[in-house]
Amino acid sequence: MAPGLEQYLVLSAVIFSIGLFGAITKRSAVVILICIEIMLAGVNIALVAFSRFITPAELTGQSFSVFVIVVAAAEVAVGLAIILALYRQRHTIDTDKIDLLKW
Amino acid sequence: MMNNIPEALIWMIPGLPLAAFTVLFVVVRALKIRSNLNGYLSIAATAVSFAFSLWTAAGLFSSPGENAVAGFEWLNLGGKLVIELGLIIDPLTGIMLVVVTLVSLLVQIYSLGYMHGSKSLNRYFAFISLFTFAMLGLVMADNLLIMFMCWELVGLCSYMLIGFWYHRPAAAQAARKAFFITRIGDFGFLAAILLLFSSAGTLDVAGIHSAAAGGVISSAAITWAALGIFMGAMGKSAQFPLHTWLPDAMEGPTPVSALIHAATMVAAGVFLVGRMYPLFELSPTALNTVATIGAVTALFAGTIALVMHDIKKVLAYSTISQLGYMMLGLGLGGVAVALFHLFTHAFFKALLFMGAGSVNHSTGTFDMRKMGGLARLMPWTCATFVIGSLSLSGIWPLAGFFSKEEILSSALSNQPVLFAMALITAFMTAFYMFRVVFLTFGGEYQSRLKPHESGRIMLIPMLVLAVLAVSAGWLNATGRLTAILGHGHEHSWITGLLGIFTHPLAWISLAVAGSGITLAWAMYHKRWISAKKIAWTFRSAYTVFFHKYWIDELYEKYIGARFFNNGLFNLFNRFDTTVIDGTVNDIAGLNLKSSKAIRALHNGRLTRYSLVFLFGVAAVALTVIFTG
Repeated sequence: MAPGLEQYLVLSAVIFSIGLFGAITKRSAVVILICIEIMLAGVNIALVAFSRFITPAELTGQSFSVFVIVVAAAEVAVGLAIILALYRQRHTIDTDKIDLLKW
Repeated sequence: MMNNIPEALIWMIPGLPLAAFTVLFVVVRALKIRSNLNGYLSIAATAVSFAFSLWTAAGLFSSPGENAVAGFEWLNLGGKLVIELGLIIDPLTGIMLVVVTLVSLLVQIYSLGYMHGSKSLNRYFAFISLFTFAMLGLVMADNLLIMFMCWELVGLCSYMLIGFWYHRPAAAQAARKAFFITRIGDFGFLAAILLLFSSAGTLDVAGIHSAAAGGVISSAAITWAALGIFMGAMGKSAQFPLHTWLPDAMEGPTPVSALIHAATMVAAGVFLVGRMYPLFELSPTALNTVATIGAVTALFAGTIALVMHDIKKVLAYSTISQLGYMMLGLGLGGVAVALFHLFTHAFFKALLFMGAGSVNHSTGTFDMRKMGGLARLMPWTCATFVIGSLSLSGIWPLAGFFSKEEILSSALSNQPVLFAMALITAFMTAFYMFRVVFLTFGGEYQSRLKPHESGRIMLIPMLVLAVLAVSAGWLNATGRLTAILGHGHEHSWITGLLGIFTHPLAWISLAVAGSGITLAWAMYHKRWISAKKIAWTFRSAYTVFFHKYWIDELYEKYIGARFFNNGLFNLFNRFDTTVIDGTVNDIAGLNLKSSKAIRALHNGRLTRYSLVFLFGVAAVALTVIFTG
């Protein structure tokens, strides 16, 4: 039996939640960045699944996920650059220790 | 307009002393000239303005009348308040002009000797010039605002000159006291000016008088305005209960006491009431207040003068007492009566102060217990001082006799009680003046210092004043002087000089003055009656007099310290700290507390932020889903 829309969406939600859990609980900035990528991957699955099952004639969902991948690549580039700069300044990428910007 | 003096010269009367002040105080300082003009400049300026004053007064004496010298517009507030700087030249002004410029001139000449060798003489003569200008401005101004400004300016000069030796704490204190207490009176004057302006719509003296006479100002407003003006006069003329500054003002140089605190500035109060007299005439309440305060002050200050040891203090209380006499004259007899006494008093009291200064100059003290026997050592000072004392005591035919006579006779015909008080005062005046004379000039000299007669430069002004102390009363022998001031009628000079004895009052007042002198002679010269024994017999009264009725203590300890400082100001202070500061502090505190609670959210932890972010997004998503 080929998987239906439901199974894809459940997979998407599971991957998104794993990413979210990681993004909230992890302290290393690089891991947080990876987790965000995982969340985006979950979202991409949902987009493609919707497109495949609901409007199979058009490729709207697919083109959306291509955009997401492009933007995510840019985001990772910027994010890693910030983390690198932070590391040079503070010699750590532990987000619990980078808490200067508060009240 | 003026019958014979050109208007430009009238403007120069106050203008010249002002110019002298400007040169001495501003130009010399600005150019940093280390010159000692030593008073010659200001003396020259005052001499010229005295000559012009005499000219003006002579013109008024021969053909009296009120002349207005038109001025120029000085201030225009949208047409609602237009202040014109103009002058009134009437007999009242004429008399004051002569008194002010003459006494100022003589005092400055005297100062050349008395102040010889003092530091900062430029400052001294500068402020005497400024004072002369302000006083002349006060008597000539036709406008209440200008009068008030000059009024404050004489107060300022008084402050500056009392505190001339400002490094002496007593002098600085006395200057502050004088400034402060006269300011209480000035409050009344200012309130009266505002009241008159709001009801009459003008500050012009003539305009106010015509508004008052025409019934534009309500009678209640007239009474209040008159009382306010009198309050100002009480402060300046040291009337009870605002008299306490004048005895302390004796800390200033003696010529200053002679000029400001005996002859001119303290008489400004009498002049002010005289200038606004039409208002007072419309209000019997105000006139009665003036007369009563005057009589009470005369008696009250006289009793204190009986027991003072300091020669200048005796003269100061005597001045207060005589100013009370003038107020009594204003209240009962009118402007002419009071102004005549002001005129004669200025001469003999300035003379007495100069005599006291002359004694001080050679003995170095004002304490009469350390003097005595000066008659032989200082014959000229002694002779002039005795003339001044006789004149002040009211002995015929000296000036004081005639002017006192006018006041006593107007009191007798109006208020017998006040007349009795005035008569007792006359007795005390004769007694304390001759107590001074016998203690200072009679007996044996008490100290080892070798006193000597003062120099000619000091004696000449005293001699001039002595001549005036004798003869100033004769100016009114024909009744002309009081007649041009609007009182009585003219008669032959024989009636004036001798005819006065047809009335028993003249004999009564002579007898009273004579018995006062005799008592002083018996007590302090022959020592038949021991002064100490008398003081012991009447020790309760003596204590009260000696402590000046504890008025200073009342003011300083009770009203000043307890009521104001500890009571009222403390209350204000608490109100300020608890209510006003408290409100602001509480608002700030509330903000601080609430922000403390909120800032706990921002702890800088990325994980916390993302969690909150997640819940936020979830909340939005759920809201969208469930509300559609």
